[in-house]
Amino acid sequence: MPSAVPLSWYLILSAILFCLGIAGFIFRRNIITVFMSIELMLNAVNLSFIAFSYQLRQVDGHIFSFFVMVVAAAEAAVGLAIILTVFKNRATLAIDDVSSMNN
Amino acid sequence: MQHLWLIPLFPFLGFLINGLFGRKWPNSLVGAVAVGSVVASFAWVVKVLLGVGELEHAYVERYFTWIQSGGVNIGVDLAVDRLTAVMLLVVTGIGSLIHIYATGYMSHEGGFYRFFSYLNLFMFFMLTLVLGANYLLLFVGWEGVGLCSYLLIGFYTLKKSAGDAAKKAFIVNRIGDFGFSLAMFLIMVNFGSLDFGTVMAKVAPLPVEQTMGILTIIALLLFVGATGKSAQVPLYVWLPDAMEGPTPVSALIHAATMVTAGVYMTARSATIFTHAPMAMEVVAVVGVITAVMAATIGMTQFDLKKVFAYSTVSQLGYMFIACGVGAFSAGIYHVVTHAFFKALLFLGAGSVIHALEGEQDMRHMGGLRKKIPITFAVLCCAWVAIAGIPGTSGYFSKDAILLAAHHHHPWMYWVGVITAGMTAFYVSRSMFMTFWGEYRGHHHPHESPAIMWVPLAILAALSLAGGKLFDVPHYLEPLFPMAHEEHDMTLVAIASSAGFIGIGLAYFMYVLSPGIPKSIAATLGPIYKLVYNKYFVDEVYDATVVSPMVAGSRSVLWRVVDAGVIDGIVNGTGTVARGIGSVLRTLQSGQIRSYAAWVTAGSVIVLVALSFLAGGAQ
Repeated sequence: MPSAVPLSWYLILSAILFCLGIAGFIFRRNIITVFMSIELMLNAVNLSFIAFSYQLRQVDGHIFSFFVMVVAAAEAAVGLAIILTVFKNRATLAIDDVSSMNN
Repeated sequence: MQHLWLIPLFPFLGFLINGLFGRKWPNSLVGAVAVGSVVASFAWVVKVLLGVGELEHAYVERYFTWIQSGGVNIGVDLAVDRLTAVMLLVVTGIGSLIHIYATGYMSHEGGFYRFFSYLNLFMFFMLTLVLGANYLLLFVGWEGVGLCSYLLIGFYTLKKSAGDAAKKAFIVNRIGDFGFSLAMFLIMVNFGSLDFGTVMAKVAPLPVEQTMGILTIIALLLFVGATGKSAQVPLYVWLPDAMEGPTPVSALIHAATMVTAGVYMTARSATIFTHAPMAMEVVAVVGVITAVMAATIGMTQFDLKKVFAYSTVSQLGYMFIACGVGAFSAGIYHVVTHAFFKALLFLGAGSVIHALEGEQDMRHMGGLRKKIPITFAVLCCAWVAIAGIPGTSGYFSKDAILLAAHHHHPWMYWVGVITAGMTAFYVSRSMFMTFWGEYRGHHHPHESPAIMWVPLAILAALSLAGGKLFDVPHYLEPLFPMAHEEHDMTLVAIASSAGFIGIGLAYFMYVLSPGIPKSIAATLGPIYKLVYNKYFVDEVYDATVVSPMVAGSRSVLWRVVDAGVIDGIVNGTGTVARGIGSVLRTLQSGQIRSYAAWVTAGSVIVLVALSFLAGGAQ
């Protein structure tokens, strides 16, 4: 690795981003924010994949991250469609109000 | 090869065909299949017996190994010797006649195909019983006929009394079968085989046991089995109740064939019994007690079939007297002649009952002599035969037994003679009450169709001439050598005159002065009550065995074991599952963020655990 940035920095950044994603997922109530948190977690994982891939001089991590991006894109398409439908039907984006289970 | 296996196969096919397809068929076709299969079996028996020659030794056919385990080796083998030959002819011959009769008797009944498939199944098992070449195969037939007996006693499934009688027969027989099973285990342990030939060959050289030895125990246990199946004291109680079944069943199973299986089995095990004089003595004494007891009860009953049922028990007692005193051939002789005249008595009684549309109480009969003359005529033949009038079949076999009994213990002879008198009395009584006097019922008696009275006529001929025609003891001599040839005419005359006295007494009491029986009953009071109520044996069994069993089942088995333990385990499982669920279900809130929190927490725990493990590994 020619640059002076060591692997651990990438991993720490990845971990921070992932934790931010988790926090957003758990604590935010807006569905769109939750959705973006998921994207953030996926991209945090992508970052660590790429970092390891570069470190180990292997192409596997790159391939994995492409897969993750494809899945994320597909998920964004489906997820946004769901969010739109939910909003049309319920006129709310608050995630707790969407639950239809009786407690 | 004589293909012995075909003999039981024919009725079995009849059972399968009628049982599977008979439901939709017309009665005539079902009847033809049922009768045809038994007649085919009879024809095959005749062919086999002509083919195997003199049968000085048993003719055995071995088919395949059934059970092989260590030293135990039991095959499916069928065998014919002279004893089996006699039984085969009786079972298939009488069986054919009764099947023919039954097609007429049952023509108005529901469940025609069911009746005949059971009857054919019975024939299959009975033939397996007499053909089996080892104790286990005999036992298969033994249990099978018990099953069919149960099914046929309870044939009228809507009658509670029929169901109760069927259960009683089945349960009482289990007691006997328990003894039989123990005997088989002992034979297996001591002689290493259940094959008749092998066992008898090993028993024969042993010394005769004067004290309680292994052979005595085996013989007594076998006899316990015989008391169940052949309705001896103390297990005879099921047979009179078994009359709940249709009359052809009473004739075939509960008079002519199945109930003689115990006698057959005792005769088959003759070598064991002759080596155990103590067991023989027990057999003879039980036979005497049964003969007397059942005869006294028979004198007081008013149900026509019940009278004949007790008569059967009594005559079976005679057969066991014969076996007990060592005259096995006389016992089998009586099996044969008894099959003739008792089947005839039952079928004749069936014809009377058929004519009176189901009436069985002799107090509502009378004067039927002119109204159903053919039935009357054939019943007269059975009457003289069972009364032991000289020349008839019953005379020969009864004399053979009584003479053997006299040779053994004179007192047995005298008791036998008195019983013979009682036998003549109660049969005459039922004849007089049914056919003499004025008709006391309100039906319109009609004669039975030819399909019913032709078999009766054949049986009547056999009842009269069968004793002279078939000299069974002579035929069985290679198997059961006759120990003595004394033929004391005085003893014979005394025995015969007992029969005449019985008839005369009945004529006097029930025809000449019909008031006498009532006054005798009144004079004897308590004794008459005791006998009329069958010595309260059923009540005693009820109080000592049945009621405690029922009470125990109710209080312990039901309330404690079933409701407490078994239901407790089942309900406890449910309660525990519900308790766990009530805790776990709070996790499933439907709040996606709480799920995410749990997933995260779980992941963290796994990561921490893994890092600890990794730390430990280094």
